Amino acid sequence: MTLIRKPLSRRSVLRAGAAGGALLATPTLLTSRAWAQGYLNEPTGSTVTLGFNVPQTGPYADEGADELRAYELAVEHLNGEGDGGMLGTFSSKALKGNGILGKKVEYVTGDTQTKSDAARASAKSMIEKDGAIMITGGSSSGVAVAVQALCQEAGVIFMAGLTHSNDTTGKDKRANGFRHFFNSYMSGAALAPVLKNAYGADRKAYHLTADYNWGYTTEQAVRESTEALGWDTVETVKTPLAATDFSAYITPVLQSDADVLVLNHYGGNMVNSLTNAVQFGLRDKVVNGKNFEIIVPLYSRLMAKGAGANVKGIFGSTNWHWSLQDEGSKAFVRSFGQKYGFPPSQAAHTCYVQALLYADACERAGTFNPCGVVEALEGFEFDGLGNGPTLYRAEDHQCFKDVLVVKGKENPSSEFDLLEIVEVTPVEQVTYAPDHPQFAGGALGSCNSGA
Amino acid sequence: MDAILLQILNGLDKGSAYALIALGLTLIFGTLGVVNFAHGALFMIGAFCAVTLSRILTLSFTTIDPERTDFLGNPLKVETPYVESWFGPEIGTAIIDWSVPLAILFSIPIMAMVGLVMERGLIKYFYKRPHADQILVTFGLAIVLQEIIKYFFGANPIPTPAPPAFSGSFDFGALIGFDPNLIIYPYWRIVYFLFAGVIIGAVFAFLQFTTFGMVVRAGMADRQTVGLLGIDIDKRFTVMFAIAAIVAGLAGVMYAPINSPNYHMGMDFLVLSFVVVVVGGMGSLPGAVLAGFLLGILESFASMAQVVALLPGINQIIIYLVAIIILLTRPRGLMGRKGVMEN
Repeated sequence: MTLIRKPLSRRSVLRAGAAGGALLATPTLLTSRAWAQGYLNEPTGSTVTLGFNVPQTGPYADEGADELRAYELAVEHLNGEGDGGMLGTFSSKALKGNGILGKKVEYVTGDTQTKSDAARASAKSMIEKDGAIMITGGSSSGVAVAVQALCQEAGVIFMAGLTHSNDTTGKDKRANGFRHFFNSYMSGAALAPVLKNAYGADRKAYHLTADYNWGYTTEQAVRESTEALGWDTVETVKTPLAATDFSAYITPVLQSDADVLVLNHYGGNMVNSLTNAVQFGLRDKVVNGKNFEIIVPLYSRLMAKGAGANVKGIFGSTNWHWSLQDEGSKAFVRSFGQKYGFPPSQAAHTCYVQALLYADACERAGTFNPCGVVEALEGFEFDGLGNGPTLYRAEDHQCFKDVLVVKGKENPSSEFDLLEIVEVTPVEQVTYAPDHPQFAGGALGSCNSGA
Repeated sequence: MDAILLQILNGLDKGSAYALIALGLTLIFGTLGVVNFAHGALFMIGAFCAVTLSRILTLSFTTIDPERTDFLGNPLKVETPYVESWFGPEIGTAIIDWSVPLAILFSIPIMAMVGLVMERGLIKYFYKRPHADQILVTFGLAIVLQEIIKYFFGANPIPTPAPPAFSGSFDFGALIGFDPNLIIYPYWRIVYFLFAGVIIGAVFAFLQFTTFGMVVRAGMADRQTVGLLGIDIDKRFTVMFAIAAIVAGLAGVMYAPINSPNYHMGMDFLVLSFVVVVVGGMGSLPGAVLAGFLLGILESFASMAQVVALLPGINQIIIYLVAIIILLTRPRGLMGRKGVMEN
């Protein structure tokens, strides 16, 4: 006779359930990920997930918001919604507006915060938790290099957003990473002849350089390009990235023999340093019998807006501008402008194009397998995406295309009309050998499919 | 010599901002005993008062110009500010150009209100809590405030120019016998320095020569005794919080043309201003002002190319280095009082 029967407790039921679940799941665990599927995050349903990793907070949040708008537009167009944008002008006709390889495109977003560790964490989360098969976006070279390395390790494709440092496709290049945006070398190569025409070959330049990776490569590129034309570099000074008031760095320029100031600054740094330089009357100064000039190697419309009237007449370079009149640019500006009410930035353009290029590569490869995509993108030549004929070079995964030299507009007709295109520098002038010293070190390695 | 003079001048305007923020921090600490890490956010809100007034003054109505087209090829929408249509283009443009000085008047009631709400709504509940709690809550508040500003104004800096009359530079070099164009200094920075002097003088005069100020000073020295005399010192300290908020706000308004305001500008100043307060001596108003200018000028010197070439990275650590040296040699800071922050 049993007087006390041990009741079936909730805990024992849970324990048994967990054990049973683990037993049932064992074959799946052992065969999950790539072993059974061939590559990481292979889409098995009717959808494919892309990961848009952009700065949603932090100093580049406005660029990030514009990137996200562009990605949303790209997803619409890939899924056959809207007016199709650049799908109609893209030289490759692999994309049909029915998603990618027949799967509807869905997306998840992450916040890079323009911090490498935060960007890696958000990319990792999108890959591991959301099953993103490709990561794209960003507005900083530090972030791009960090996320590119992560994607290589994980086995997904990384389509870089706005990153201008030589290192992204130089010493830090990776087989799984691709950059459509131009780089510091190209800025120097495009700017130098224009500067020679405008300011002559006998100039003395003073560089103020943001104290991080991108600043160094941009300073080196502009210095070498201008010195090759006969300019002297009087001084190069590193400025802390966190600096907000640059007056202490600007005033020594007054006492130097320099007649040109090169501001290797981006974002808020550029806005503040240029504003300070103008406040200290540098643009009204005459040195060595010549008007003092200021140069900003990397321009963006959003930055130009921040600097206001101070950008008038100042030369710089940019990857793309909404006023371009080719069919691709017009189609993109029309789609973006109708949807959001203002023209896209260069960050938006490069991100939109990267999304299309990835989708097109999957279609042409007939697979989402990263190694197939890498093969499809390497050496791919295309047109109709706003920059003229373009090559995705196989050796370093850098796009080679025309570069725009721009100048702050004297009489803007609207708040968007801040830069005027001075010259479209042909691609031949900005092309360099893969083993160029500015890109030395590092190796692509081989693609990783996460298998 | 000319380089040294220039760096002293450079240090003055930055030192002015440090001094004004540190003055407010010290007022709050000296009266309420609160370490207010949201004070930088008040500086930032002041700068955005200038941005806001500029936006209000440029509120526009839209007309269609059929002759011109926008970026989509549609007839161009031309925005004309209401003030230009009400007062004529010349006066209207002048009003818009002078939006930063006008924002001084605009910001005073706003900053007083922000200060009062902040103190009555949140900070008063932390008077009896440890300083660590106060720092955490005010730091959190600063983050909330800057995120609110970012939500409404975006993350990019917003250009807020000085009136055209002050847009040029003054040639100090020519005045004192150096070559022309060697020592020049923007007019607006001179205005900023003078403005800071007036505000600092006004705060000192208020504390020194008014009955209200006398009671506050007495309360700072011995809060309990003043309370025993039947004076509601808490109410006066709340007013001092509002005054400190106004001082920080005015510092921000006038700083807007020097560096385009952005949502995190307060954080950039806060940490350094806190160091200024510590170096000056916790609770010492003259110490805060003195240390503000001193550290502003030192920071300028440390940024000189010759100095950086000699000691790389010195420009980024100079303030902290000096703070360590001063605190090692004078633990109460330059003008610190015995007994403050020592229990």
